[in-house]
Amino acid sequence: MRAYWELAVSGYRRYATYRGATLAGAFTNSVFGLMRGYVLLAIVAGRPRVGGYDAADTLTYVWLVQGLLMVAYLWGWNDLALRIISGDVVVDLGRPVDLQGAWLAADLGRAAYHTIFRGLPPVMLAELLFRLDLPTDPLLWLAFAVSVALAAVVSFSARFLVNLCAFWLLDYRGILSMSSLIGTFLSGSVVPLPFLPGGVRAVVEVLPFSAMLQLPIDVLLGKHRGLDLAGALLFQLTWALALLGLGRLVLAAGVRRLVVQGG
Amino acid sequence: MSTIEVAGLRRTFRVRRATVTAVDGIDFTVEAGEMVGYIGPNGAGKSTTIKMLTGILVPTSGRIRVAGLEPARRRTELARRIGVVFGNRSLLWWDLPLRQSFDLLRHLYRVPAPEHRRRLAELADVLELGPLFDRPVRQLSLGQRMRGELTAALLHAPELLFLDEPTVGLDIVSRARVREFLLRLNRERGVTVLLTTHDLADIERLCPRMLIIDHGRVLYDGGTAEIAARFGGTRTLVVDLAESRPPLQLTGASVVRTDGPRQWIRFRPADATAAQLVAAVSEQAPLVDLAIEEPDIEEVVRRIYTGELTEAG
Amino acid sequence: MADPLAALETYAHLAAASIRSRAQYRLSFALDFVGTFVSALTDFVAILVLFSHLPVLGGWTLPEVSLLYGVAGISFALTDMLVGHLDGFGELIRTGTFDVLLVRPHGSLFQVVASELAIRRLGKLSQAAAVLLYAVANAPVAWSAPKVALLLLTLGTGTAIYAGIWVAGAAIAFWTTEIREVANAFTYGGSYLASYPINLFGVWLRRFLAFVVPAAFVAYYPCVVILGKPDPVAGLPWLGLLAPVVALATLAAGRLVWQLGVRHYRSTGS
Repeated sequence: MRAYWELAVSGYRRYATYRGATLAGAFTNSVFGLMRGYVLLAIVAGRPRVGGYDAADTLTYVWLVQGLLMVAYLWGWNDLALRIISGDVVVDLGRPVDLQGAWLAADLGRAAYHTIFRGLPPVMLAELLFRLDLPTDPLLWLAFAVSVALAAVVSFSARFLVNLCAFWLLDYRGILSMSSLIGTFLSGSVVPLPFLPGGVRAVVEVLPFSAMLQLPIDVLLGKHRGLDLAGALLFQLTWALALLGLGRLVLAAGVRRLVVQGG
Repeated sequence: MSTIEVAGLRRTFRVRRATVTAVDGIDFTVEAGEMVGYIGPNGAGKSTTIKMLTGILVPTSGRIRVAGLEPARRRTELARRIGVVFGNRSLLWWDLPLRQSFDLLRHLYRVPAPEHRRRLAELADVLELGPLFDRPVRQLSLGQRMRGELTAALLHAPELLFLDEPTVGLDIVSRARVREFLLRLNRERGVTVLLTTHDLADIERLCPRMLIIDHGRVLYDGGTAEIAARFGGTRTLVVDLAESRPPLQLTGASVVRTDGPRQWIRFRPADATAAQLVAAVSEQAPLVDLAIEEPDIEEVVRRIYTGELTEAG
Repeated sequence: MADPLAALETYAHLAAASIRSRAQYRLSFALDFVGTFVSALTDFVAILVLFSHLPVLGGWTLPEVSLLYGVAGISFALTDMLVGHLDGFGELIRTGTFDVLLVRPHGSLFQVVASELAIRRLGKLSQAAAVLLYAVANAPVAWSAPKVALLLLTLGTGTAIYAGIWVAGAAIAFWTTEIREVANAFTYGGSYLASYPINLFGVWLRRFLAFVVPAAFVAYYPCVVILGKPDPVAGLPWLGLLAPVVALATLAAGRLVWQLGVRHYRSTGS
């Protein structure tokens, strides 16, 4: 257990060295929050609610998206794929810690760093400038924290799974960017999923992508209450476990292939 | 007009609030057709000088003229008249067959097709590039790549060639080939060559004149022969005795340095073989370990500092 | 560049070489092409979702916003094809490969730009073109020869404006590679904003888009002219005709920032 904590800390530290890049990222996130805010608010302007969102919800949603973007981490993670291509993954497999567990721990450390230093500043800025609709109920905040942690695990397990394609494809970049694209839209980062037409929305909300971003935001906005809240968290947990499990199976298949092929 | 004129050349860098002087008042002139070695320990200022001569870096102060042009101001004009080979950066396109790299360079330097064909054929012949033409650069060995780099640098028939550590990492055979080629280039085509290297042997074989630079200053500017006479063929036997002793007395060799039980013994192979020396040493004192050192530039610089050689005239 | 035709020829050879180089990685190319198409599609789907709730967005109908989107999208795709790779040129600085460019008889910006022509971005271009065709067919415009000419010109000036912004943003790498990402806020951000009528945005943002990072001249102002709409922002519906001037100014500014960057590089070494 101790080993995983150490891995998480080192994951955190590794990204903590990129102070300039994190600052730049926080700036970029803030700018996008600003822009998206204007556009999406135009939809709710002059009408009580759209998809259950009023103007205050929409504005808060936009900024929470920017705040949690690095938890969902939809773009650009190819560390595992690189290690598979270079063959270094064999070294990882030889270590006494579980490979998937190790990567998960490190990624959670990273998510913690990014959430605090890249995600929090835009949200605080928005709270100062625009007065967001954030709740005061401490239990709701606790539920939100749990939901964010689960979202991070779901996000990791999906990325882990997709990166494993490098065992079969030398040219993995195409698959990665394709999945990033799909994930970007289906996670609710472009348009809130409640804005989608009824039938489409129902389908999209069953997919794991909604668990990465939309769901924790909806929890904080108070869209899930009581049993419904428990159901939402359970939904995240289920997808997390399912994707982690699938990842282990695919990893085993990939390792078998590696051994057979000789790397 | 000399091909290279450098006077009072200085270059300082600001590194975290401190000012580092990489080049500290260098003067020298190189005439057309010369082949000059520019040699010094790591961090001496060699690469910085080359960067200023080729227009990459702007000098802090001083006068510098290459082919009559001021490199910093007339970079693109100068670029047509010089060729540069970097030891650790490639002039070629990594993913493309060698042939295509040469073709792209033809377009970049606006070399007319017939001229390009002729020159490429000559260079390919001398450097034996034939079988390599259709291989992507990433598939070439270091020695093969270096031959490609030399061709790339010379396709536009520059009058002056800068070589920045060109033989780094090459095996003995490749190194010899490159040296051969450079000698011919200088003798038959009259291309002026400025060669920076860490390797004394390169200079001894190629350059009648050498400049030694250390801490941004010229320590020596003169014939290679004089230096070779002092060092040429001297080797150093480093012995670890069982205990500290006063410097050993040996025929045909002299102890130049001691440090506790370790002694540095300099000798010429003409006067004594290493084997004889080892035997002579063990007669006088029990021997624990030994090694043989060949002369290198750090040794030369150290001996200049200790006054064994005169400074630049 | 003394001789523009010769420069174009050199550019063509270098760009062709980059295409040949990339063509070796066929699967990546195919997926990139499809990927940029799908990515562009999701951007447009977002607009469709908006319009599923509203008949009019800031006074603009769906065909009219599609015109904005199509123009901005094509311009952005063209710019991305021509100079998109500048985002990664910080790598050249880090590895010292930039020096190789400085010993060649051409300007460094020319060489970096010519080093790649990303035809995989045609994916985005085709998606935006499809939207533009829809817009042209459905927008309330009497398409005369001058209007068509203006539309085509706008694609050119839009590309030039984006290119100027992109070059300026990329040049940050001469000073620092770490915070270079800030430029994305302006390039990709500018692209996002140009697809919407700017009267949606707050006053300060509108002014910023007109005068500082002139993304408003990529599509909005010229489309106001083409569509013959009133300009609720400043009451200057002919402002779009200044797009060529803005384009030249932006290109010049971008080039200037680059030159300052090169001067910095050559004065401080790396």
